[in-house]
Amino acid sequence: MSDADSSTVAVTDDSFSEDVLSSSTPVLVDFWATWCGPCKMVAPVLEEIAAEKAGSLTVAKIDVDENPATARDFQVVSIPTMILFKDGAPVKRIVGAKGKAALLRELSDVV
Amino acid sequence: MTSSPTVHDVIVIGSGPAGYTAAVYAARAQLTPLVFEGSQFGGALMTTTEVENYPGFRDGITGPELMDQMREQALRFGADLRMEDVDAVDLTGPIKTVTVGDETYHARAVILAMGAAARHLGVPGEDDLLGMGVSTCATCDGFFFRDQDIAVVGGGDSAMEEATFLTRFARSVTLIHRREEFRASKIMLERAQTNEKIRFLLNTEVAAVEGNPKVTGIRLRNNVTGDESTLPVTGVFVAIGHDPRSELVRGQVELDAEGYVQVQGRTTATSIEGVFAAGDLVDHTYRQAITAAGSGCAASIDAERWLVETQSAPNEKATPTDDNDLIGAQQ
Repeated sequence: MSDADSSTVAVTDDSFSEDVLSSSTPVLVDFWATWCGPCKMVAPVLEEIAAEKAGSLTVAKIDVDENPATARDFQVVSIPTMILFKDGAPVKRIVGAKGKAALLRELSDVV
Repeated sequence: MTSSPTVHDVIVIGSGPAGYTAAVYAARAQLTPLVFEGSQFGGALMTTTEVENYPGFRDGITGPELMDQMREQALRFGADLRMEDVDAVDLTGPIKTVTVGDETYHARAVILAMGAAARHLGVPGEDDLLGMGVSTCATCDGFFFRDQDIAVVGGGDSAMEEATFLTRFARSVTLIHRREEFRASKIMLERAQTNEKIRFLLNTEVAAVEGNPKVTGIRLRNNVTGDESTLPVTGVFVAIGHDPRSELVRGQVELDAEGYVQVQGRTTATSIEGVFAAGDLVDHTYRQAITAAGSGCAASIDAERWLVETQSAPNEKATPTDDNDLIGAQQ
């Protein structure tokens, strides 16, 4: 999927504060890497959720290989890890690839 | 609950080498298979590193790449792939029912290829620390343990492969195995044994995983002497085997004592007419990508022949000989 079709936002160590921590809408951040098989599994699911929840939830992706500082700050040692940020603070942590229904269930109390 | 009136020829449940191969063959036989890949599509190979023993890739190929190739191949021939988990099946009668969320799908034949799920240690701390140092995917998480001391638990090929792979990152890898003998193949075991970063602790079981919020160590118990000790590690990679994912069909098709789906003789036919099974769901002997792919092919051909014999095939194109031609024949 090209960036033009993508409903998710790519964030970096540099843009994390502005794009995620200062966001007025909740942001689900997917910590991923190119060499992670299960990250590939969850990617299309996150695209779907991003498209459906546009406006009420931002789905961001951060490549841990290129942006190790943010992963370190939030003690990510397993990918995919998805952390939901609300008002600048992490409120939920989801580890491992999950299906759409399961992910939406995890997010249901916030989104 | 909505129910689609369409009756498919074949529904495939699962998406490892068995599921995708069954999909390729069924699609080429113009049975337009509906494939429920599950949310964790690609199966066990999605968490492996280099696959060195899949024929046709003389320089090796990574697990995720191989699965991507198979997936695209199934798509190319028109398989209808759905990244959804099946919630329930009713396999009795001439029309089988597959339930996915609020949707119900129908098919004359069903191919079961759900594979096997990684086994957990089942010790205190393991579940709580999953993703905080406890890992089931060395290729995903090895990166985070650069210059650290970590442990791998298990005695099979997966454990040897993971331990060897993890030495790329870790300062030391302790391989913990509850026996003295190994299930691992000679080549994989020797590769691990000759690696200077890997230390073996045999006759040793993990009693608990410790740490908060991250793993700081594991509690070990020697099962010969009974001695207990703590090994300081920041990562624990669990590779102690798999259990067949047969819960979905338990009580419907016959399973053996360990939960594997039983098939008849050299075929892929299960105890229910029109239901076939392939891959790790069936196989507790070989459990290789290539044997799973082979049995997925067999399941598709068995299903196709069964559809013809029971005269419920869609049209005359779906003859059993159709799949014996060469790949290039359609171009």
